[in-house]
Amino acid sequence: MNNERIDHILDEHQGNPGALIQVMMEIQEENHWLPREVMVKISEKLDVPLSRVLRIATFYKTFSLTPKGRHKIHVCTGTACQVRGAQQVLNEVQELTGIKPGETDPDLKFSLETVNCQGCCSLGPMVEIDGETHGKTSPAEIADALKKYE
Amino acid sequence: MPRINSAAELETLREGILAKKVPDKPCISICAGIACLGLGNGKVISAFEDELKKQSLEDKVELRATGCHGFCEKGPLVVIYPEEICYVEVKPEDVPEIVAKTVVDKQVIDRLVYTDPATGSKAALQSEIPFYKNQMRLLIGNSPKINPQSIEDYLAIGGYAALAKALFEMSPEEVLQEIKTANLRGRGGGGFPAGSKWETARNAPGEPKYVIVNAHEGEPGAFMDRALFTGNPHLVLEGLIIGAYTIGSSQGFIYTRHDTPVLRKNLDLALEQAREYGFLGKNIMGSGFDFDIEVHLDVGIFVSGESSALMRSIEGKAPEPRPKYIRTSVSGIWDKPSNLNNVETWANVPQIINNGSAWYSSIGTERSKGTKLISLSGNIVNSGVVEIPMGTSLREIIFDFGGGIPNGKKLKAIHFGGPMGGSIPESLIDTPLDFDALSKLGASLGAGDMLVLDEDTCMVEIARFFLEFLSGESCGKCVPCREGIRQMLGILTRMTAGKGKEGDLELLEEISEVVGEAALCSLGRSVQKPLLSMFKYFRDEFEAHIKEKKCPAQYCKGLS
Amino acid sequence: MSEFIVQIDGVEVTAPEGTTVLEAAKKAGVTIPTLCHHEILEPYGGCRLCTVEAEVRGRTKLVAACLYPVEKDLIVRTRSEKVDRIRKMILELLLAHAPDARDLQELASEYGADKNRFGKEPSFCIHCGLCVRYCAEIKKKNAISFVAMGPSREISFIPEIAAKECWDCKECFPLCPTEALQAAFVLTKEMAFPSPSLEPAPAE
Repeated sequence: MNNERIDHILDEHQGNPGALIQVMMEIQEENHWLPREVMVKISEKLDVPLSRVLRIATFYKTFSLTPKGRHKIHVCTGTACQVRGAQQVLNEVQELTGIKPGETDPDLKFSLETVNCQGCCSLGPMVEIDGETHGKTSPAEIADALKKYE
Repeated sequence: MPRINSAAELETLREGILAKKVPDKPCISICAGIACLGLGNGKVISAFEDELKKQSLEDKVELRATGCHGFCEKGPLVVIYPEEICYVEVKPEDVPEIVAKTVVDKQVIDRLVYTDPATGSKAALQSEIPFYKNQMRLLIGNSPKINPQSIEDYLAIGGYAALAKALFEMSPEEVLQEIKTANLRGRGGGGFPAGSKWETARNAPGEPKYVIVNAHEGEPGAFMDRALFTGNPHLVLEGLIIGAYTIGSSQGFIYTRHDTPVLRKNLDLALEQAREYGFLGKNIMGSGFDFDIEVHLDVGIFVSGESSALMRSIEGKAPEPRPKYIRTSVSGIWDKPSNLNNVETWANVPQIINNGSAWYSSIGTERSKGTKLISLSGNIVNSGVVEIPMGTSLREIIFDFGGGIPNGKKLKAIHFGGPMGGSIPESLIDTPLDFDALSKLGASLGAGDMLVLDEDTCMVEIARFFLEFLSGESCGKCVPCREGIRQMLGILTRMTAGKGKEGDLELLEEISEVVGEAALCSLGRSVQKPLLSMFKYFRDEFEAHIKEKKCPAQYCKGLS
Repeated sequence: MSEFIVQIDGVEVTAPEGTTVLEAAKKAGVTIPTLCHHEILEPYGGCRLCTVEAEVRGRTKLVAACLYPVEKDLIVRTRSEKVDRIRKMILELLLAHAPDARDLQELASEYGADKNRFGKEPSFCIHCGLCVRYCAEIKKKNAISFVAMGPSREISFIPEIAAKECWDCKECFPLCPTEALQAAFVLTKEMAFPSPSLEPAPAE
């Protein structure tokens, strides 16, 4: 965890409760999750009640309260992908990684999430691994792709 | 960078830009829309850059990464101008051949052109491809022709002429009258007359007034707003500035998603350039009108696309919707009059000002004017963004533009509006694309996302899926939505697992009616809609799940 | 500040601009049932039990009485076949969580709500929000909050704050219609409060 970066983000918005969501998003993007001590720091530096920080952190799926794995798998479960067979792809990913959406495996190798429609429906079913798009994929194809990750 | 201080200076600049263009200079236009990038078009773009450098052709050939061309199914897409030769499914390995054979020698590479899967016939020119032929691409047609990161490309195709006309030749009242006469209806889902909305904000007491672009596009299956905005940001900006002038607003907001980096980049560049050239900021084009725009990003939640929630978010609060007892046109952001419109709605404004309301209302049907961007997705051969005049029949959209249903399957239904919309069965596909015709059938046009479902789709599963989506997006504040969705999802899940009971359908109808009537916001109040339309046209499927424990589409596991 | 003459269940009453239908009804001697409303707190509009029919110049819509402001020519019906059906369903949905809550019993029998209509749900909080709002608006301590969203939403004491503030306060306890609050407090205290040495000793 890069404490310096996090402190920098907080110093920029010190004492400004209106910047809460923006600050949390920046830290989430930087750190990939929000540890408890960081949320306490946010509460103190921005002068917002800790309960509000927790409320926002648990309200939006964008924020994660647990650490993420080395490789992030995002499976699109938008309607168009669903209709083209996304559920079967998701089932295969769950089988192979042993985790369900929202979870990280104990070795911190993979984190799995389902995401809302990404706007590239012609590529359905669509899976993104570490930002790389696997479009028009199938359970067999994604099984193959996952093997390459350490 | 020249700052424009009058309408005449704009025209002089435009003429200068056009004069500098070398006629018939070859241009390679590569689609850099979300889908094409996802298919690896980034590598194709780099390959072209490398090849042009290798052949020392950088000065003689223009390379342009553009916004979405529309034919997403066949990406990566490349169009070679001036001939307009279109290559589909291009790979980096194809690039040297394209440069040598087509760009230099003007020859068509047969294996790279579009082949109609039904007839086998080929089409080398973009305008001959069945997908594009007969579309009316007034809004998105320019995207392949311009670089979205260059304001001068936008000026070359006539950009900001409508703004100049509005500011210098028309009063705000005259602009308002044109928009009202044109009968421009909101493209975000409401279909509400934009002119009326503008008028309410204009006449509402209170300063300052705000104008907003809703670029959230959270509905699953909708991608046409992002396609248009990323490919031609200035078109939307021009519409917004004209709207601001009409309503009397000096501050605008663009509310968009945080997870589309290309759109954010193009937007930031467009705003920067617009300010440099004098189209934004103080004393726009020397007219005395001040207006500027702020970009706000969402947090990643569906409900923040709802107008009152969106305004809370712009205020820096959590996007919780507010009951619509007071219209946002009268009391919106910071309780000031705020006019919110969708990306596509704003994009329609410049052409109405340029060509007149009479021209605009000659396109479309009696009460739905102009063209509509449609995102076609699901079980369809040609998935992508289509632009057609209102009144086009659904049959034409599916079979002529969409290429029909893949794998020889039959069409079962078309679903509009995602989890808050409704379905049209195959028997009604001669219905025209029209706000009111579709509303009457219980499936309003919504934002224009058309999900095509084939015979292997289980409508019970689709209903369950929509409810699961809404369950994940409900804020949980009010009892009808939170508890109602909880119970309805439970019933539908049991139904798809073969545990449906007699009376389940009636119970679903009863719960959804209460949720529809008593929920706090439009998310809760729309829960009813997909269910009602599915009960109307596909009730027998639901009954088969309950009475016979059978899934007619053979989708639900555990049922016969 | 203008005044409006409005009709509540046939009774005419005058109310200044900004008055809610709920307040105007009280003036007219008409009681509208509520669960999430409290005199000293900001109106919430969460339980929707106060839904009434509001008719203005021939157009009727369903609104939450605790939030809807009075207006010219307003005619309100606090009971009707539609309103009663909505209240019955809301109660049945809540009874799935808290079938024995004292505040729900009388309402249930008035509207014919069946506590066994839906299967029992594991959490007995009905999300009236009185505890959260009281602690935020009146005590300004924010020791308890809503977390998560949608059907997963729950109340949660924040251990760091609650350990310091709640022992001598507990003013929100009597507000809870279902005793879910007391249960949440005990659970948080046993499982998440910082070590006992930081807890202030109870008064003699």
